[in-house]
Amino acid sequence: MAEHEGSGAHAHTAPTGFLWKYVFSLDHKVIGIQYYFLALFSVFVGMALSLLMRFHLVWPAAHVPLIAGGVMKPEQYLALVTMHGTIMVFMVLTTAPQSGFGNYLLPIQIGAEDMAFPVLNMLSFWTTFVSLLVILAAFFVEGGAPIAGWTSYPPLSAVGDMSGPGEGLGQTLWVIGLAIFCLASLIGALNFITTTVDLRAKGMSLMRMPLTVWAWLITAILGLLAFGVLLAACALLLLDRMAGTSFFIPGGLVFTDTVLAAHEGGSPLLWQHLFWFFGHPEVYIAILPGMGVTSHVLSNFSRKPVFGYRAMVGAMLAIGFLGFCVWGHHMFVSGMSPYSAFAFSLLTMTIGVPSAIKTFNWLGTLWGGKIQFTCAMLFALGFVSLFVTGGLSGLFLAQPTLDLYFHDTFFVVAHFHFVMGVAAIFGIFAATYFWYPKMFGRMLNETVGKVHFWLTFIGVYCIFMPMHFLGMVGRPRRYADLTGVNFLGPLHSVEFFISIAAIFTIAAQFIFLFNFLYCLKWGKKAESNPWHGTTLEWSIPSPPPFDNFAGRHVQVYRGAYEFSVPGEAQDFIPQDLAPEKVGKAN
Amino acid sequence: MTRPATTEELELIDHGDGGGVLPPPDGGGDDGRRPWPRPEVSRRAFFTLIQLSLAAIVMFFMSLTSAYIVRKGLGGDWQATPIPRVLWLNTLLLLASSLTIELARRKHSGDAAANPLAAEARNARFSQWWTITIALGLLFLAGQLFAWRQLSAAGMFLDTNPSSSFFYVLTAAHGAHLAGGIFALFYVAFRNWKRSRITQETAADLAALYWHFMDGLWLFLFALLTVGR
Repeated sequence: MAEHEGSGAHAHTAPTGFLWKYVFSLDHKVIGIQYYFLALFSVFVGMALSLLMRFHLVWPAAHVPLIAGGVMKPEQYLALVTMHGTIMVFMVLTTAPQSGFGNYLLPIQIGAEDMAFPVLNMLSFWTTFVSLLVILAAFFVEGGAPIAGWTSYPPLSAVGDMSGPGEGLGQTLWVIGLAIFCLASLIGALNFITTTVDLRAKGMSLMRMPLTVWAWLITAILGLLAFGVLLAACALLLLDRMAGTSFFIPGGLVFTDTVLAAHEGGSPLLWQHLFWFFGHPEVYIAILPGMGVTSHVLSNFSRKPVFGYRAMVGAMLAIGFLGFCVWGHHMFVSGMSPYSAFAFSLLTMTIGVPSAIKTFNWLGTLWGGKIQFTCAMLFALGFVSLFVTGGLSGLFLAQPTLDLYFHDTFFVVAHFHFVMGVAAIFGIFAATYFWYPKMFGRMLNETVGKVHFWLTFIGVYCIFMPMHFLGMVGRPRRYADLTGVNFLGPLHSVEFFISIAAIFTIAAQFIFLFNFLYCLKWGKKAESNPWHGTTLEWSIPSPPPFDNFAGRHVQVYRGAYEFSVPGEAQDFIPQDLAPEKVGKAN
Repeated sequence: MTRPATTEELELIDHGDGGGVLPPPDGGGDDGRRPWPRPEVSRRAFFTLIQLSLAAIVMFFMSLTSAYIVRKGLGGDWQATPIPRVLWLNTLLLLASSLTIELARRKHSGDAAANPLAAEARNARFSQWWTITIALGLLFLAGQLFAWRQLSAAGMFLDTNPSSSFFYVLTAAHGAHLAGGIFALFYVAFRNWKRSRITQETAADLAALYWHFMDGLWLFLFALLTVGR
């Protein structure tokens, strides 16, 4: 711990000076916003890459801006695939819902003045930032960005530039960047769990915590247990690349007439096991915070308590636990024993049970509620829709026999984009529309927000729904150009439709960006509790003071979702409203 | 909170940078203000932090261990790496260091009634055992380096064989974690604890917990490398 950590005084005095206030800030709120902006930048980079891909898939011979040489080469397309996946999964889906909103809101929602370890918190952000720079640097080195995909399977990712451009320094930077990201995420996870365990305000028992806090806590536990595994895998991969070891590289590989003599005996499948032991929990790291936000927002705008609060907590714990038991379903075609495949398949489909509990409880929360269709509510409903759509195709992929066919087709692309991609993004949007007033002290424009919602909601269905059909026909992933392939010829119009939908949907995101930036300065001033919420963040000013509660001892008296309590004049009871004051408001 | 402020808390307020506080916007009194987080919360939080870190470290080493077992089971090219004898000595050094750190910690935390030695003498004893622990830790690392030299002199390098690869990877990973522990020992010894959220005693307890864990981890890895080679 550095000196600041030990001073014990940071929560008393807000730092002055730009550098300490906004750059190397120890304040969890500033760090949360830093994470958010990092993710916001990354998501636009990731979207630009997907736009280039969609463009290339329908106009493979066209000249494309930003591409060296004008016409995209297949390896450049693969570099886009790799970097799109890497940036979206790590820098957006892992960063915004957990590190961004979690950092900002978790301490406030449990009644703490900051994270348990503010210096570690700052370190965690800046380590993430360095990791982003290292990964992005891969674009600008000789050979360009890596082409092995976000999963970076060896031997392609392990043998250096003989396996393709980008597999030299670019891939090395990717591995190092990811290792740094692992460290950052581990530090973050430590802080999240410690804060939740030890810094809850008086009366904030576990079963009174908002479901958002539960989601961030469980996500942090997943991160704590998963990122160490990826770190170990990255270390071994780096040694295979740099030090001549053979952990993952088998013997007798032939690359363009050259036999790779320096390596023997390694196993590419070993990487797959390590990677997916991390990778599957990572999927839940991306989606669990969205589930928490959705539960929270649905309850708030149905003016009803969350239906089955305890079941919701149990379902999230079950999803987190099962997430560590199912990594093999990513490897059904690896030649694994059918018995293992059966076990992985059964465990995978078991996840359907807690997922269904969550879905039905969301519907139960809505049932009979006084529903208010705010932007946050729309995006939360969109989350439920996308999660169900994506989850259902998961049931197909969980069958080893069906997966033999669907594996590495666009069916898989459609599945994970729905369930962890855009569902998590909708979670982020719901959180943004919901907490923007708290974070920035201004309201977002709801009308513009609704336009943004409908364009995005219809847009993502137009992009990803047809991909199921492409996959069913047998259109494989990660091929730069299939325009000359006979059996896919009739599907060109579908590809065309998807690309056009992608262009429109991406364009719609600029509506959001405009709304976001415009309202920072010119939005309507937000009151402290614009949505009539019950949790602690709504009992403090918008934006909150430096130490959140301005020295007040928070005392929590009740659960997080006391909406429409019978006999009460006001349809919500804040968690920290003293019992003697209940019923006297209004 | 009606509990009277402890001296520790007052000390923390005293040492605040400039002592300035935000005026409560609701005009509430200043009496509710507490240093953040309270010292007893800090102690607990630091313990949670270390224990969680150990869980993450376990996952890291378990990944390497499972990779070790799988890679060994793949057959053909695995040739058991000879274990340099110095590792036995290193193991003894590390075990001894766990003993000395425990002695140091006990000297530090023993209360006056149980321990008749005056506070100053106890501090001296603490420093003595603590320094010995640091020395033993450094000796262990030197011994590990010596083992590497012996292996490389025998023609066993990182890329010679999967077995030797794992030998270097596991010892290096453990060595790096132990070096972090040595850094922590130095930190506990030399930092000015007056300005801290936690006492030197707590810091010593935390460092000792980590140190014992590194000791146990080494026993596990040593068993893997010898029995499982």
